[in-house]
Amino acid sequence: MGTFAFLVLAALLIGSALAVVLHPNPVKSAMALVATLFLLAIVFVLLGAHMIAVLQIIVYTGAIMVLFLFVIMLLNLGDEEVPTEWPRVVLRGLAGMAGALMALQLVRLVAGAPLGRMVDAPEGYGGALMVARSLFTDYVLPFELTGLLLLVAVIGPVVLAQRRGR
Amino acid sequence: MVPISWYLTLSAVLFAIGAVGVVIRRNVIVILMAIEIMLNAVNLTFIALARQLGSVDGQVVVFFVMAVAAAEAAVGLAIIVAFFRNRESVNVDDLASLRW
Amino acid sequence: MKDLVLSLIAEGGALAGVPFSLAAPLVMVAFGALVVFGFVLPIAGITSWLERRVWARIQSRIGPNRVGPQGFLQWLADGLKNLLKEDIIPSAADKWLFSLAPYLVVVGFIATFAAVPFTSSLIIADLNIGILYITAVTGIVVVGVLMAGWSSNNKWSLLGGIRSAAQIVSYEIPAGLSVFPIVLLTGTLSMQGIIRAQGWAPWDWFFFYNPFTFAAFFVFFVAALAEGNRTPFDIPEAESELVAGFCTEYSGMRYLLFFLEEWGNLYVIGAIVTTLFLGGWQVPAFTDNPMLLAVAQFGTFFLKAYFFVFVAMWVRATLPRVRVDQLMTVCWKYMVPIAIVNMLGTAAWMLFVPETLGRLVQFGMTGLGAVVVVVFFRRVRFHLRRANLKPSDYYYSPII
Repeated sequence: MGTFAFLVLAALLIGSALAVVLHPNPVKSAMALVATLFLLAIVFVLLGAHMIAVLQIIVYTGAIMVLFLFVIMLLNLGDEEVPTEWPRVVLRGLAGMAGALMALQLVRLVAGAPLGRMVDAPEGYGGALMVARSLFTDYVLPFELTGLLLLVAVIGPVVLAQRRGR
Repeated sequence: MVPISWYLTLSAVLFAIGAVGVVIRRNVIVILMAIEIMLNAVNLTFIALARQLGSVDGQVVVFFVMAVAAAEAAVGLAIIVAFFRNRESVNVDDLASLRW
Repeated sequence: MKDLVLSLIAEGGALAGVPFSLAAPLVMVAFGALVVFGFVLPIAGITSWLERRVWARIQSRIGPNRVGPQGFLQWLADGLKNLLKEDIIPSAADKWLFSLAPYLVVVGFIATFAAVPFTSSLIIADLNIGILYITAVTGIVVVGVLMAGWSSNNKWSLLGGIRSAAQIVSYEIPAGLSVFPIVLLTGTLSMQGIIRAQGWAPWDWFFFYNPFTFAAFFVFFVAALAEGNRTPFDIPEAESELVAGFCTEYSGMRYLLFFLEEWGNLYVIGAIVTTLFLGGWQVPAFTDNPMLLAVAQFGTFFLKAYFFVFVAMWVRATLPRVRVDQLMTVCWKYMVPIAIVNMLGTAAWMLFVPETLGRLVQFGMTGLGAVVVVVFFRRVRFHLRRANLKPSDYYYSPII
């Protein structure tokens, strides 16, 4: 049952990720990315990370992807033309092959990793309480720094979006 | 329970797809999206290994990655909009000049 | 839910002897289907009929009154009509996304019911991150709306979709921040946990807990209305500006699905507000009979939640639509700061206010609320009476 679910999810994930990369229309790429991120949230649930899965949906589907779609629609982008002149086509093919090689190497690396036996998840694993406890004790400093980063990320776009000379 | 190495394999494949996307696409927004795929592939690795070790430290790291990804998307898209205003294009080939 | 399944297995009947790991998903799926077809769809339909009637009444019209007693079956007739209508997909539209979008919207809305409680034991899944889950699945609706707007290949639709996305993403922030005072107080994100932390009496509700939660209630309700694209925040489908916004090109069943979401979502808003601020299904323990208690709990919860559906109708009939810039101003310049103050204020309250003083404040605020309600109804009675008098009778009347 778990294996079957994982295989279906993995196939859908790889399919939608390929659609993001290969579809010439940016809006459809973005829609495929929404699907990818949503499916990843389900994979996170399979791995017991409930809190992170919900955050993934809130942050990615609810905010980041809406921002992406918003900008694409605002700029009214059409299809990206697929290159036909031969250097581009050859280079694309080479990039694809390099990617496949990279995937192969990475898979060889991680599939053979000496992982040992899986530890049983403790009670309440991946829930809000456990993540929060870790976040506000061991990782307080990075957490505060993240707050600073987000503040900068709020101010930055406002500055960038202003037209000069006003 | 599916062995963790399967999740790691999935994450490796997703990462490679994202990397290829960054290389072959010319639209800056799609390149940003491919980077999101790569970030998420890494997130999957963190969560899978966190499950393997039975600790939530990996999940906390994913939390930070999400915050950074949100910041990156906001600033990156603002830069793209500013660029589009000047050049009427989102093609990376038009982004090559250092000044104009 | 777990207890219910366990008791069903133990007491016999259809589930006797079935192992828990098989029975639990079975009961959950059955209950989920029951909730969707026996509760969500009728509630959305009846709300559509009631809204038209209430709205008509407020505007001195009659409203639909032909199908069934008082027009009660109007929603069934409308549903059937739309089901039988031709399903038109514009030739310039993107067929795939155009047909997918309404389903995405409906899935995002129906998925919220997985964490909406009905009684103390009836809830599809009492997730330990319940309220966050509801916020998350509501996010899917935004994607559906954007998809509908873009794939219609129509300027009005696109503008409607973009407006809606901007609005929902913005108002998610005050709504989310208004949940935090309650989460701080209860220390849990589970819907049932939040209700258990309150009591049946109004002074035990978080609505009257302190001035900050009182304000948080209003911020949340307004933000939720805006998230549901309701008047006065319905600029994404403003008829006078954008034809019908993102659903301009839709017809038949797909058009109906958007409105199923809108009307059904009103009940979800009411249910969340009831859970967070108004004590949910809490009733005084007046009987030992669990069946009777469950019925009372369901009734209490439903009445409280449906009251807010009525308030939303009332607001829609009363207020004019806001402009786009006003919409954003209200959200970012007023509601977000107020929501942050509420959060910090509640945290400070928990730290510094002694229990006896807090108790006094609760009673005082409940009293104040009661006074407001009494004054309101006196005012309504006064106006009703005045409406029946000749102008010469009331103009110099001392009671004005």
